[in-house]
Amino acid sequence: MIRVALPAHLRNLAHVDDEITLTVEGPVTQRSILDALEASFPTLRGTIRDYGTQQRRPFIRFFACSEDLSHESPDTLLPAEVADGTEPFLVVGAIAGG
Amino acid sequence: MSNVRVLVGTRKGGFILSADGKRKDWTVEGPHFAGWEIYHMKGSPADPDTIYASQSSGWFGQVVQRSKDGGKTWNTVGNQFPYDGVPGTHQWYDGKPHPWEFKRVWHVEPSLSDPETVYAGVEDAALFRSSDGGNSWTELSGLRKHDTGSKWQPGAGGMCLHTILLDPSDPERMYIAISAAGVFRSDDAGSTWRPITRGLNSNFLPDPKAEVGHCVHRIALHKSRPQTLFMQKHWDVMRTDDAGENWHEVSGNLPTDFGFVIDVHAHEPETIYVVPIKSDSEHFPPDGKLRVFRSRTGGNEWEPLTKGLPQENCYVNVLRDAMAIDSLDSCGVYFGTTGGQVYGSSDGGDTWAPIVRDLPAVLSVEVQTLA
Repeated sequence: MIRVALPAHLRNLAHVDDEITLTVEGPVTQRSILDALEASFPTLRGTIRDYGTQQRRPFIRFFACSEDLSHESPDTLLPAEVADGTEPFLVVGAIAGG
Repeated sequence: MSNVRVLVGTRKGGFILSADGKRKDWTVEGPHFAGWEIYHMKGSPADPDTIYASQSSGWFGQVVQRSKDGGKTWNTVGNQFPYDGVPGTHQWYDGKPHPWEFKRVWHVEPSLSDPETVYAGVEDAALFRSSDGGNSWTELSGLRKHDTGSKWQPGAGGMCLHTILLDPSDPERMYIAISAAGVFRSDDAGSTWRPITRGLNSNFLPDPKAEVGHCVHRIALHKSRPQTLFMQKHWDVMRTDDAGENWHEVSGNLPTDFGFVIDVHAHEPETIYVVPIKSDSEHFPPDGKLRVFRSRTGGNEWEPLTKGLPQENCYVNVLRDAMAIDSLDSCGVYFGTTGGQVYGSSDGGDTWAPIVRDLPAVLSVEVQTLA
């Protein structure tokens, strides 16, 4: 099982309180996780990556295992700890102040 | 007794203000969608319990919500707004071609007759329609593909389609307004469009009387006279009596003819309201006095309405979608400010009182008159 942690606004949108667990078929990549996430929670479509380009939205980051993986290719394999559920895949909203 | 429900969109959520017909004691519900920008919420005239809301965020993009129970519960509907075909370009601030890019929904306009049909005005300027309750959206691309589309430019707030008016006497006719492209009319239910800007004069344009490029802030009509439209432009309050074929200025004795909102009394089609704002760079009322101006003569002769409104040290703005009018016998007028106040009048503007004072900055105000 893959663990995914969402920022609070997206948890509210998806009506979940905590981490999400997903089953991902095949290689575990950003793309395959987000495909599975959007299939389970269609309301999240368009909120993490752009509908048309499938690019990560500018103020979203992807972290795992204490690394910022945001600029990795969406098809790069994620760390084994994410694939085996030891570590969560973190979807993070950029900080903003003012 | 009738009730009213005021739908308030703010920078950090949506609020629903409810009262009976006296409009004295109010219940405040919210924030709905806390933390998100709610550009607009509007109920269906055909089924007032059906309400659409545009929810957006710089982080998470566009979401559209729909309620079927008057705002008690909400469900997300479709949030994909694909431009028809290859979108092409419009002009950017520097005059260079810039690709059309969807940014957000500014305005939702439910059909007058079918609660499942709703229009959306978006940035970058385009008009979309859904006939399945917002689950899927199709662009009415005849507007964006108008011959002038490649010349449209954004105003400082973005190139937004912010006003949609549906003619209650002719289901084929509709009007839209875009900052800063102008005002357009369709006579075939949105398939084809043409600019209706004759009479507009914008000194910031190289050709002040150009066909497109006018920064129209808001247009309004009265259902009994759909050929007559009123406009608050970047500067100038305008009027047409022939469905936009010819406009003439009715700013008259206003202290400034800059502003954003304009609306029409529910029962008096020649009674109109504006909130004058000092200038395009000083977005606050002149002299620190928040005044609604009312004309009972369809323009030109205006009277300030001040009772209950702050008359010193007030430097808020009233944005283009932030005024609404109910249809009770004694007509109610509502507006919201960037300071988070929502003011209401239950006597056509003679006297005012704040319904709430401390909301996030108000982006939009709509009102439903409920049986």
